[in-house]
Amino acid sequence: MAATLFRPLTPQWGMQKRWTDGGRMDDVAAEFIKPNDRLTSFERLEIYNRQYWFRVLDCLYDDYPGLRAILGERKFMKLATAYLARYPSDSYTLRDLGNRLEQFLQEEPHWSAPREELARDMVRFEWAQVVAFDGPSKPPISPDDILDTPPSKLRLDLQPYLSLLELDYAVDDFLIAEKKRESDVLRGEASNAVQPAPKAAKRRKRIRPPKREKVYLAVHRHDNMLYYKRLKSEAFTILTALSRGATVEDACAEAVTASDRTNIDWAAQIKGWFDNWSALGWFCRPS
Amino acid sequence: MPANPFNAFTQYGIGIGLRVPHYRHILAKKPVVDWFEIISENFMVDGGRPLEVLDAILEQYRVVQHGVAMYFGSADKFDREHLKRLKCLVRRTNTPWLSDHLCWGSVDGRYTHDLLPMPYTFAVARHTAEKIRAARDHLEVPICVENVSSYAEYHASEMTEWEFLSEVVELADCGILLDVNNIYVSSKNHNFDPYDYLNNIPHHRVGQIHIAGHSKFEKYLLDTHDHPVLDPVWQMYAHAIKLVGSTATLLEWDDRIPSFDEVHNEALKANKFRDEQLATATASDQFPRTTA
Repeated sequence: MAATLFRPLTPQWGMQKRWTDGGRMDDVAAEFIKPNDRLTSFERLEIYNRQYWFRVLDCLYDDYPGLRAILGERKFMKLATAYLARYPSDSYTLRDLGNRLEQFLQEEPHWSAPREELARDMVRFEWAQVVAFDGPSKPPISPDDILDTPPSKLRLDLQPYLSLLELDYAVDDFLIAEKKRESDVLRGEASNAVQPAPKAAKRRKRIRPPKREKVYLAVHRHDNMLYYKRLKSEAFTILTALSRGATVEDACAEAVTASDRTNIDWAAQIKGWFDNWSALGWFCRPS
Repeated sequence: MPANPFNAFTQYGIGIGLRVPHYRHILAKKPVVDWFEIISENFMVDGGRPLEVLDAILEQYRVVQHGVAMYFGSADKFDREHLKRLKCLVRRTNTPWLSDHLCWGSVDGRYTHDLLPMPYTFAVARHTAEKIRAARDHLEVPICVENVSSYAEYHASEMTEWEFLSEVVELADCGILLDVNNIYVSSKNHNFDPYDYLNNIPHHRVGQIHIAGHSKFEKYLLDTHDHPVLDPVWQMYAHAIKLVGSTATLLEWDDRIPSFDEVHNEALKANKFRDEQLATATASDQFPRTTA
């Protein structure tokens, strides 16, 4: 029965009429499902086939509004169906349903053509938000905890809920704009107030996809609220080096060496970053 | 009739499901509610907002855990990570009992996220009961299994659904979460008398009752939890209370969720049936029937 549930629906949202061996699905269903006075075996099984796909597609639809906006709804549904057919849920929780979506887009980029890289960036960004929302945290360390350790020996772990993303598109700005557009449309539909413009026209107005632009982003939470924070490339280098296990001294040296910015007071700049990251509780003891 | 071992002898009254659209209202207004039922899997996370909300609720209210992914009827062994996280949550909430569904939903590590009916056979009953016992022993909390609504029946079944439910709970020595709406939905979809179901289960094992709304389609009923409870279901609930006594009852409303007050008021209608039953029981205590 499970094999029949996992088979994608037809474009008309019905159960496929033929089984994998070409036989009639009516016959396959009749082998194990009883008909009743109103529904054939096929129709009874189809209720479950449809329920499965409606549930998992709805879940991805809600969790990936940015990817949906980039691809458009029809293309998004095709991609989601192909993804779930290849990678059905392997977790007891629907939270993890998109955990292999980035991998899938790398393996089968044609589903997101011609915006393959933008789609991948968005999926990484949207998955990072899932992690930041309810991912694990460790007790943050305070400056007092590390006062006696010189930078040449000091190693710091980053909070597990924090994701560092090097992106080729400003997907953060795009998603904020898209969510605002969706909320405006919803607000319009929920109100009897006179609209400044026809609703349909408002709904059709899509946000222009972002242009190529290097963005370094930290996706994190603070007081259990979700945030995205833009980083300078040097700050990003320091944090990624720390997450690899580098000492604070080595991480900073790597960032300054790689930087093409001049006339910067690096000591003051780096101290400011560390003060800020520490206040956000990003640092914890290495495990 | 008092509460029973399967709900840890509690008298919990009328509860409602804790749902995201009501968080703000509950935390700000602190309405009087007997208890909240949480979906365990929504809180089996490592941190963040869900656990912050749960802890705030636990400071004010009693919480009972209800799961959707134990899949006692699946052939797969339990996912160890799932059990570990569930036990952690049981310790956090101090739930007096824990419920999940009498169904299957995963195969070879792949999850349907649905509550699929089982073939009602003795072999399946034995397998299911073993898994329930194992879960209870691991989690160290009473377990109640819930009858699901269904839209299909198997040729392989050897007994009725209520016979299967009775067989499983006797073998597992566990409780029943009796969903009267699910019985009603299935009775219409499979042409049986829902009162036969209610009358023929071990009533002393009913630790909790669910009520909910459903949707009518042309050829079948669907368990949608997006409506008030319909009259035939209230009538069944009254009958169930007569059979099992005052029992912790919960209204499920999971889709197109209205305001907190609307949901709570709908749930509190259950008090009328409970009070009538208690009045009847008191009257019969005062005037005991003589026996030969």
